[in-house]
Amino acid sequence: MMSEKFSMRNYLRGLKYPFCSGCGNFTIANAFLRAVFELGHKDLSKFVFCSGIGCSSWIPSPYFLADSIHTPHGRSIPVATGVKLMRPELNVVVFGGDGDIAGIGLSHLIHAARRNVDITVFMVNNMVYGMTGGQVAPTTPLHMKTSSTPYTSFEYPIDVVNLVVEAGACYAARWTTIHQKELREAMKKAILTRGFSFVEIVSQCPTMFGRRAGFKNVTEMLEWFRKNSISVEEAERISEEELSGKIVVGEFIRRTRPTLTDMIREVMRKAKEETSIEG
Amino acid sequence: MTLKNKLLEPGEHFLQGNQALAEGALFAGCNFFAGYPITPASEVLEHLAKRMPQLGRICIQMEDEMASIGTAIGASWAGAKAMTATSGPGFSLMQEFIGYAFMTETPLVIANIQRQGPSTGQATKAAQGDVMQARWGTHGDYMPIVLSPNSPQEMFDLTIRAFNLAEKYRTPVVLLADEIVAHMREKVVIPKACEIEVFERKKPKSKNEPFFGGETIPPMPSVGEGFNVAVTGSTHNEFGVRFTADPEVHRKLAERLVGKICLDAERIFDVETYGIENCDVGIVAYGCISRSVYEVIELAKNKDINVGFVRLKTLWPFPEKFVKILAEKAEFIVVPEMNLKQVFYEVQRVAACEAKVFPLNKVGGGEIITPEEILAKILEVRT
Repeated sequence: MMSEKFSMRNYLRGLKYPFCSGCGNFTIANAFLRAVFELGHKDLSKFVFCSGIGCSSWIPSPYFLADSIHTPHGRSIPVATGVKLMRPELNVVVFGGDGDIAGIGLSHLIHAARRNVDITVFMVNNMVYGMTGGQVAPTTPLHMKTSSTPYTSFEYPIDVVNLVVEAGACYAARWTTIHQKELREAMKKAILTRGFSFVEIVSQCPTMFGRRAGFKNVTEMLEWFRKNSISVEEAERISEEELSGKIVVGEFIRRTRPTLTDMIREVMRKAKEETSIEG
Repeated sequence: MTLKNKLLEPGEHFLQGNQALAEGALFAGCNFFAGYPITPASEVLEHLAKRMPQLGRICIQMEDEMASIGTAIGASWAGAKAMTATSGPGFSLMQEFIGYAFMTETPLVIANIQRQGPSTGQATKAAQGDVMQARWGTHGDYMPIVLSPNSPQEMFDLTIRAFNLAEKYRTPVVLLADEIVAHMREKVVIPKACEIEVFERKKPKSKNEPFFGGETIPPMPSVGEGFNVAVTGSTHNEFGVRFTADPEVHRKLAERLVGKICLDAERIFDVETYGIENCDVGIVAYGCISRSVYEVIELAKNKDINVGFVRLKTLWPFPEKFVKILAEKAEFIVVPEMNLKQVFYEVQRVAACEAKVFPLNKVGGGEIITPEEILAKILEVRT
């Protein structure tokens, strides 16, 4: 299966990506397309991509040589749900940033996990609204300087992975852009999951976040990810105090539940049965 | 009404307006509905929740109105004939996605059963306050198609038409009904399915065709068919690829999107007229209030006044042609509406110097404007 060599070009339209140099989105696009390749897909014809507004929403659209729907801000998940319900045999994949998925679109994320619609959501968490100039996000660590919190941020960040686990996701994981191999494996598992799957990718935005937060360069940011990451297992062993400021990485849940499509098919069966009894 | 695994039998039925709307959608081929409960539109969701699974079609209640219309848009791109139904507050929430559907040329039907606003207003009471929101609700330039039914029969007929127009023009279409028409129960005549015209969207023949340009109404591929279609609400070139640097690309796109409706407006217009060629007084009305006008015509006749009547079944694009004829013949025109002057200004614009136009407005409590009130206005203006 792996005899052919992987080339990103095979999966791209040939348009130039708009990302800043050092952006984590390059790593993520590469990890995803490698994952797709390793799963045996020679092209993206079995995929539909939905994304919203923000830099990471440009990972699939329009750059992937595939069907892609670029929606309004925060609304990629409802659109993905509609596609999946009509075409359950397709892999429907959402790319979005933390602002898109956990800010303006958070309610859709929770409900998608709750109803277990069989889509995959990749949330690129760069901890900031990058495209609009680096404003504070719901994921920004406490006491960080951003363009809209000049005296440092004064709100607690949200833990999106644990939220989707609670809401009912069948697969949820978190990795950072330095964990390239683990990320790729997690992406493969997410794509293969029957049911709602979610991977948070903690990523660097050197231009809009790193600069203000005091990082000299991309390497320093990646080093910060490496030093601060601890595994899910390790996190369970240490105190809440020690956990503060850490990035907990790994797999948070893997389970099987009937999907939304399974449930709707069951409803159709019931409806037909009842009406045939009636007359 | 007995509900079975098929469309309604041809013949006479006694239906509620919202039920007739739902049954019309099924005849039009609607195979995807997503909605959120709201008075006075909830019966559409409830009725379809019962009916669609019987027919192997999908009906789902979403977490809010944005998710409802978004899911319907996703389904439409996956090949479905999709619909959502709501009322004023939900219609407000949907505006962003309505603009998106317009920009991405997504066929879609949005039923708005109007209630008294603004805001939560009088949630159970009828109104006609969303006429201008349906015209200008989303940001930017656009031309919507908006239909106005005045009976359960038309809830059925115009819902089918709404789907056909959405498919034909590749655009969102709003069925702008009101609480009175939606909750009224009346006779509805269902034709044989083979007698109902159902329009299907034009599909592309090859990958090389532009899906967002070239022709005025380009063919629409579905996702998952190998077309590698890029859909975006950003300004895009004829192949759907985001292209925001060139003013000319935006101009061309915006003018085509508005033009495809405006240039074909004569085919979209739908009005009922009465005596407009020979009248003393004109009335322009639509929706529930237009039902009062039939009686006004009789009452006025007794007083030797000939009323010419234009009933707008299409609100947008505005059927100027017929209002113009009325303005040329009538001394003056009365525009009764359950809002504080919305279509009035449009009639005034079209009538220009030909006829004076008088508003007759009532809001609150869902109280209709009675035939007597309209007649009194005519007599008052006449003196």
